[in-house]
Amino acid sequence: MSRATREAYRDSLLPLLHRHPELICLDSDTGLFNAAYAEEAGEQYLNLGIAEHNLMGIAAGLAACGRVPFVNTMAAFAASRALEAIKIDIAYNRLPVRIMATHGGLAAGHLGPTHQALEDLAVMRVLPGMTVVVPADAAATEAFVEQSLGLGGPLYVRLGRKPTPPLPLAPAPVIGRAQTLRQGGDVVLAGCGPYPVLACLAAADALAGEGIEATVLNMHTLRPFDTETLVAAARPASLVVTIEEHWCHGGLGGAVAETLAEAAPTRVLRLGVPDQFVTEVGNHEHLVAHYDLTAERLVRTVHSALSPAAR
Amino acid sequence: MTSTRARRQSTLELVAARIRAHVVDMCAGPEGGHLGGALSSADILAALYFSVLNVDPQRTDDPDRDRFVLSKGHAAVGLYAALAERGYFPVEELTTYGRPGSRLMGHPVRAVPGVELPTGSLGHGLALGCGFALAHRYAGRDARTFVLLGDGELQEGSVWEAAIAAASLRLERLTVIVDRNGLQLTGATDGIAPLEPLADRWRSFGWAVRDVAGHDPDELARHLDAGPWEPGRPSVLIARTVKGRGLPFLEGRSSSHYVTLSPRNHARAVRALRTTEDAG
Repeated sequence: MSRATREAYRDSLLPLLHRHPELICLDSDTGLFNAAYAEEAGEQYLNLGIAEHNLMGIAAGLAACGRVPFVNTMAAFAASRALEAIKIDIAYNRLPVRIMATHGGLAAGHLGPTHQALEDLAVMRVLPGMTVVVPADAAATEAFVEQSLGLGGPLYVRLGRKPTPPLPLAPAPVIGRAQTLRQGGDVVLAGCGPYPVLACLAAADALAGEGIEATVLNMHTLRPFDTETLVAAARPASLVVTIEEHWCHGGLGGAVAETLAEAAPTRVLRLGVPDQFVTEVGNHEHLVAHYDLTAERLVRTVHSALSPAAR
Repeated sequence: MTSTRARRQSTLELVAARIRAHVVDMCAGPEGGHLGGALSSADILAALYFSVLNVDPQRTDDPDRDRFVLSKGHAAVGLYAALAERGYFPVEELTTYGRPGSRLMGHPVRAVPGVELPTGSLGHGLALGCGFALAHRYAGRDARTFVLLGDGELQEGSVWEAAIAAASLRLERLTVIVDRNGLQLTGATDGIAPLEPLADRWRSFGWAVRDVAGHDPDELARHLDAGPWEPGRPSVLIARTVKGRGLPFLEGRSSSHYVTLSPRNHARAVRALRTTEDAG
């Protein structure tokens, strides 16, 4: 059943708050938490108002005193507006603050470029000590929230907005370990986030029908990056194609290209949102289709790269 | 004049004088330092570390300790001098400031015993202080939190985000000191972005405010020891100070902001501090 990752996070946090008194949920008036939730969480929920730098700073102060804050804002505001506080107050001090960033990628839909986050993965994965994850569905989100309990430093979790479809049944992903959803020796399709990973799976099905076997990697953790799994998948393949809801530079495609250039030079093609601010109006699914972050595009990309003319 | 000369210096005044002497020495090192704003803060730092703060240099991880954040992190040389004098690390280590291999960076870092969190980019300290104060309250601790802000720093919007939060959260065990020396890097703060009426501004944000002369450490300590001044409100002490205080050839000049003292000016500064001390 389709479910919003931000809601999966919210609902999985509440029982954890009860079990772990050191956890605290800091809100910036996101609207994700209603009055009943706040009441249930008691003093472990605090709405600090619309002030994202302040949100990160207070979280750092609390974390320096032994608390584990889950801070809530949109990915766009975390990665741009509050970035300096994240860099200096949280990452520099290696504090266990969990940055729960909703409306990641194109999830903000018609709300436009002020609310879309197409740079957040590049920005967050460059910060020393920051763990960066992109759950592909609600179940993965729940798994990551649970796993965050054992994580020492800061964590950035890119979440969505509206419900997105679940991945076909697979074991729960583990932070730091890429998930191999399908194995094949010809090409590697690597994605992160709900629609890109589903597109990889659909494209692999289509390619298999033509006798092209694809490995599908759900690269849900951008830092620390699972070099080992990626390199092992890329070695037999002649091509790696990445797909993500992110500008083409610096995100998953960037991480894959950097890694393979050094460890196992392989041709890498990066699919993402074109190098421009979004002008199209529409919901999340419409924008994903409009910018062609689809299985069809993956198939076309593989075809043209593997065609004799391209070699 | 006779009466001032006859008055003996208080312990806090002697500490402030030693802080100033260390600051001047560090700013004569190869990298120089933020001299003017460290000298304007010296009496505040003396009051904090030798009267107000409930801290123990031997137990820097005591959860019940008071917290201090130097939000105007560029006054690091002042903080290092105060920490060394208070016994956090040997005073001799101050000579390593800014040199390769030292832990004494140009802005405070956690590697230095006594530094709670690193600062330097302006506008960060008050939100951190709110976090400390909130954590203390959650844990049921009486510990207090102090944050030293520069007046130029008040131009950063994030200061006012945190000022709103502190009042809204009723963080009465949080105290801000504003080092109101009136100058920033290139000139007078009020010529660049007027801050007055400063006390009214803080009051309108829901803070308890005291506006005082900023170079009598005993008087500063009296105010700070007495907090919270109004139940349910955070406190702000606006300390009216002089940038470069103690060095007549730099006092009240924005050129004192960052200085590498030449050997000649270092000697001049040392003499000036001795004279001030004798006259004090």
